[in-house]
Amino acid sequence: MRRIPPYLIFLTACLAGYLSANVTAADAIAQGEHIARNADAQLRGYGDSMVDLAMELTGPSGQTATRAVRVQSLETEDGEYTLMVFDTPRDVAGTSLLSHNYRARDDQQWLYLPAIRRVKQIGARDKSGPFMGSEFAFEDIVTPFYEKFSYRFEAEDDCANGACWIVERTPKDPYSGYTRQRVWIGQENHLIHRIEYFDRRDSLLKTYTAQDFVHHSNKHWRPGQMQMVNHQNKRQTRLIWSDFRFDSGLSDRDFSQNALLRAR
Amino acid sequence: MLALSTLTPFTSALEYRAEAGVESRYFIDRGAQGQARHHPAIHLGAEFWHSLNRGRDLLTFSPYVRLDAEDSQRTLADIRELSWIHVGEGYELRTGVRQVYWGVTEGARLVNIINQTDAADGPDTDKTLGQPMVNLALEHGNHMLDLFLLAGARERTFPGEDGRLRFPVAVDSNQSRWESSRGQERLDLAARWQWNRYPFVLGITAFSGTAREPELELDPDPTRPRLTPFYPLIHQAGIDLQATQGDLLWKLEAIQRWGGREDFHAANAGFEYTQVGILDSRVDLGWLLEGLYQSRESSPATPFERDILLGWRFAFNDLAGSEILASTILDTRTSERVVSIEGRRRLGNSWSVAGEIRYISGTPEPQSAGAFLSNPDTRYTLRPLSRDSYGQIELSWFF
Repeated sequence: MRRIPPYLIFLTACLAGYLSANVTAADAIAQGEHIARNADAQLRGYGDSMVDLAMELTGPSGQTATRAVRVQSLETEDGEYTLMVFDTPRDVAGTSLLSHNYRARDDQQWLYLPAIRRVKQIGARDKSGPFMGSEFAFEDIVTPFYEKFSYRFEAEDDCANGACWIVERTPKDPYSGYTRQRVWIGQENHLIHRIEYFDRRDSLLKTYTAQDFVHHSNKHWRPGQMQMVNHQNKRQTRLIWSDFRFDSGLSDRDFSQNALLRAR
Repeated sequence: MLALSTLTPFTSALEYRAEAGVESRYFIDRGAQGQARHHPAIHLGAEFWHSLNRGRDLLTFSPYVRLDAEDSQRTLADIRELSWIHVGEGYELRTGVRQVYWGVTEGARLVNIINQTDAADGPDTDKTLGQPMVNLALEHGNHMLDLFLLAGARERTFPGEDGRLRFPVAVDSNQSRWESSRGQERLDLAARWQWNRYPFVLGITAFSGTAREPELELDPDPTRPRLTPFYPLIHQAGIDLQATQGDLLWKLEAIQRWGGREDFHAANAGFEYTQVGILDSRVDLGWLLEGLYQSRESSPATPFERDILLGWRFAFNDLAGSEILASTILDTRTSERVVSIEGRRRLGNSWSVAGEIRYISGTPEPQSAGAFLSNPDTRYTLRPLSRDSYGQIELSWFF
């Protein structure tokens, strides 16, 4: 029997190792995507909603400020529409932000300035900056569609209430402010409990935690509070969501550019 | 403590918000016609609204009052809005006094023609006067069509004898004349069609009726020289276009106007580029570059002939919402330039303070009234304002 040359054994071993590593990587991607899709589905199917949002901002030396925003949303065939109207601070009262967010194409945003009745379409980049001076960017507040990221399953971990999966997601949007995010998703409820955001230099920027989940109308789970802590500048922001109303009968008409002119 | 609003779009109560402000304008020099250096003013504006039938009907009332201590012509009481909006299936009918904004650029307001400009407010104001109208708005898919029947025309406000930022002779609005045989009472027509095709938004506008911009005629009455406004009948076609590409906005406005002293066209085009978080800070910086052009040679009413606007908009993203806009307008044919710095920040939850500096340079001393009447300088269009550089501070309370 002829001896198999060692270099062939070595090459075969390399190939096998490469293939199995690839299979594991592919598995991790598939598994991550599967978890993310379930988490996404958990938040969809609500039809339309109205909710009041209070923001508590804390500055680096402890000074605080608050904002009150009314938010209404509508699910559409290929995405989601959101209209936000600011009530406080009073100098921007009546300012409104309309967003058309899509699963498979670029989002669009319009800002309404009531003092001169001007509607301004704004650029995609604006969603990565601080929203109303807070530690949340617009892209952190409006739950993004799972299609907007690529995924990799990372590990399992313990969460506040049960076991979680940790999934790493990478934004596909070149105008996102992040290189990647690590997302903690509950294994039982498929809800997002925690997110770590990594900035463009891939260092940890912010940590998001969600609390006080409420089961609205026995159908829709929503967090009552969200906290964002910025590790680099020591500021933080708490979002308090209250008075959720579903199925109010909102339609496209309430999320058009003409509707933005009517927002008060 | 959080003041959580319980307002909803379907609310049926009467809601309001209001703003009161004190402003103080200090000019570097005494006026060329001896006007005062310090011009304080106060203003009060409010908006009341009432929503009915689950948001299908909306009533709005917005009064505005300004009192100027020096210039009685700058004192103003106006109804900016007194309107009923009815939302139907695929249409809206908006009836009453309203304000409508058209346009995308920052330099000039070329296509914006529905409302009269409150020019007494300041040299580059966005403030306008309420316009009585019936407006049918249709929206279908990517198309929006707005049809306007405009009931009567408003007169432009101008600084008076004691006011600054004016020509060497003041405008006397009591002597206004109208080309229309119905005077100010004519019914005018306007329309705008908008097409959304991401990344483009295209607007085509049309207007037929009494001009918003009057021609200023020299009244050589030797005892009391003055400018009198003449409002010709005009037709105007306009186009506005914005392309939104990530952090870059491309903007264009252009008009062709027929009627009045001479037909002319004008354009304003450029871009706005936003850098989010400059130099690893939380400050956003927006860059503005626009070119302004108009073919009109004879009128001294608008200073923008062949000019360049350069601007930098800083948004500090702090708790006070601090912002600064620095800009300069350069005349490419002369050395004339205007440098502006505007800033504002909140004080607590209900107050804000705003500052503004406007510096006019590169233009000769103002002409005397006599010289202006006999031979107005059409090359140095900013010449009447060469002693009107100023700083302003404004404190506002929102309630």
